Amino acid sequence: MSQHDHDAHSHGSVSSYVIGFVLSVILTVIPFWAVMTSAYDRATLFAIIVVTAVVQIFVHLKYFLHLNFSKEGKIDTLSFIFTAIVIVMVVALSVWIIYESVLMMMY
Amino acid sequence: MNLLGKLSWDAIPYDPIVLGTLAVVAVGGAALFVFMTLAKKWGWLWREWLTSVDHKRLGIMYIILAFVMLIRGFADAIMMRTQLAVATNGSEGYLPPEHYDQIFTAHGVIMIIFMAMPFMIGLMNIILPLQIGARDVAFPFLNNLSFWLAVSGALLVNISLGLGEFAMTGWVAYPPLSGLEFSPGVGVDYYIWALQISGIGTTLTGVNFLVTVLKMRAPGMKLMDMPIFTWTCTWANVLIVASFPILTAALAMLTLDRYLDFHFFTNDAGGNSMMYINLFWAWGHPEVYILVLPAFGIFSEIVSTFTGKRLFGYKSMVYASGAISILGFIVWLHHFFTMGASANVNAFFGIMTMIIAIPTGVKLFNWLFTMYKGRVRLEVPMLWTLGFMVIFTIGGMTGVLLAVPGANYVLHNSLFLIAHFHNTIIGGAVFGYLAGFAFWFPKAMGFHLDPKYGKISFWCWTIGFLLAFMPLYVLGFLGMTRRLNQTDNPDWNIWLYIAAVGAFVIAIGIAAQFIQLFLGFKNKDKNLDKTGDPWNGHTLEWSLASPPQFYNFAKLPQVEDIDAFTDMKEKGTAYQRHESYAPIHMPSNTNAGPIMGLLATAMGFALVWHIWWLAGASFIGLIVAFICRAYASNTDYYVQPDEVARIENEHLDNVAKG
Repeated sequence: MSQHDHDAHSHGSVSSYVIGFVLSVILTVIPFWAVMTSAYDRATLFAIIVVTAVVQIFVHLKYFLHLNFSKEGKIDTLSFIFTAIVIVMVVALSVWIIYESVLMMMY
Repeated sequence: MNLLGKLSWDAIPYDPIVLGTLAVVAVGGAALFVFMTLAKKWGWLWREWLTSVDHKRLGIMYIILAFVMLIRGFADAIMMRTQLAVATNGSEGYLPPEHYDQIFTAHGVIMIIFMAMPFMIGLMNIILPLQIGARDVAFPFLNNLSFWLAVSGALLVNISLGLGEFAMTGWVAYPPLSGLEFSPGVGVDYYIWALQISGIGTTLTGVNFLVTVLKMRAPGMKLMDMPIFTWTCTWANVLIVASFPILTAALAMLTLDRYLDFHFFTNDAGGNSMMYINLFWAWGHPEVYILVLPAFGIFSEIVSTFTGKRLFGYKSMVYASGAISILGFIVWLHHFFTMGASANVNAFFGIMTMIIAIPTGVKLFNWLFTMYKGRVRLEVPMLWTLGFMVIFTIGGMTGVLLAVPGANYVLHNSLFLIAHFHNTIIGGAVFGYLAGFAFWFPKAMGFHLDPKYGKISFWCWTIGFLLAFMPLYVLGFLGMTRRLNQTDNPDWNIWLYIAAVGAFVIAIGIAAQFIQLFLGFKNKDKNLDKTGDPWNGHTLEWSLASPPQFYNFAKLPQVEDIDAFTDMKEKGTAYQRHESYAPIHMPSNTNAGPIMGLLATAMGFALVWHIWWLAGASFIGLIVAFICRAYASNTDYYVQPDEVARIENEHLDNVAKG
């Protein structure tokens, strides 16, 4: 109750924050650069933006939210994955259901 | 601005049935008040029970709440059945439609949210911490608050009986019917706030017990060593945490539609009422697994205890429960196949639904194999279990039938569906809770229920159930739809009469349930459970006294087996006397829970009646009460070793005397 776990999780170091920051900047600059050079067609651009965005999500999770699979950090990671799966299941299936029902209504 | 919002003298319904009920409640309440005052028990009640953070006492209070609401919900049920038995061949019966519609809505809401949920959470409260060798739950105050939020919701439902009306929408409250245009009264608002407040309490309970099993297991107990009831409750809590926020969000959007002219679920301005139905069942389907999974756990404990064997296939039981939880989360569309989704969507959800029968079948065979070559003792809990295995199997098979989208288009909203879900919820969940009630009653209270009336109750429930609900399957095939107020088809009459008779047989079963309680209390001294292990149990709760010491475990047990207590008894390490004890750190009782529950009730009531000043004041009060509690300093104390030694020695002396 009144006792808290102070030592359970690592909150990162200066170097890990710097690594996370630098990676994030790189992953942000790449899509900007790809769009601004206009050297690619729409599909390629779209793929670049999505891939860098997804990779950046994982960078944030690792370096800023400190999710990992160590003994202490596992439970946070698992609860994050649980939340993500629930949201994906509810949102994705709901969108599918309503989208298809609208199609059925319209045609 | 009117100080009382929409509230006026017109809010009191001048209906002889309602006024009669109110009179009975008033007389009973007054009698209780006088008794408590004469016995000078108010202070005791407040200090020892209402403000208690002890999970065992909260569990007992949850079950009392469940029984009170069972009476209310069953009164609704028997009124519906008699109305339908009377209102045949075009006669109107005695319940006018606007009253009848409130009754079937209240029946559904009460039985699911305020009877089954408190019963299941009550049993979980009493037993789960004991089974994992913990001294309390992870957040004892939160546990007390959850209870009071549940009471708060139940109070709002009951207040609606005497002030205003309850929803007339069915327990699902689909828009557009539940929208402001078609339900302008306060009924749906009562529904919304009762579910919203109690639902938040349930979410908090889910979080609380998940943390408890993850962080507070006894030394040596790995996750795969947890007793099966704890495991099934844990899966149910995972489902609570995943699904109750969906209900909260769906109700919040309905609230915005009704109060602030939003258009989430109206066809004007781009809303879609199908989204409400979708979200409601994204909660509603997991909810039925929240109810039934702990019941499965109870049956597993009982089967293994009363056959004197280990549970067959413990691991497959755990994984089957997990599979049911996950599958149970992705089948919700089968509640509205007829909405008209595409063939792909219907096929996906239909197949997922049918697949759930597989892990459920695994469980059933596990129970049968546990009994195989066992020495079955036909005590009351075991009777409920056997009855469940027969009745639930019928319900499961009609469920697979309903999962076929084509068949579902024929049977949707028919009495076949009503028969199916009562078959699974009564035969599965309620039988499970009543089995658990008989099984753990001596543990929680220290004495036995009257077994004779327990058996009478079982037979009346079983026969009454078959009489009341098998005719509904027939009526469904004959084309009768649900929520009818009166009928004019002579072919249906005989089945409606049988169903009404069944309801009265169930009434006898419920009465026998209360008689066994009454006789249990009356003959308490003859039926004491002194050893704490009346059934030769397998798990840690039976290693304690009955009722358990308030601190549960004087020394946290070292667990080396799934059936931890059997293991200790075999190794001879059970009932050890210790030379010395360490001080035990315990949470203090707190009045923050009941106060916040009362404020939540006031806020819900004020919001129902648009009494804005009271809503604001009680909301601020809630926050202030919470902050006060958060900064309170005297929230814990220590039990000293000499007191622990005294209590422990007393228990061990009783055990030695046998």
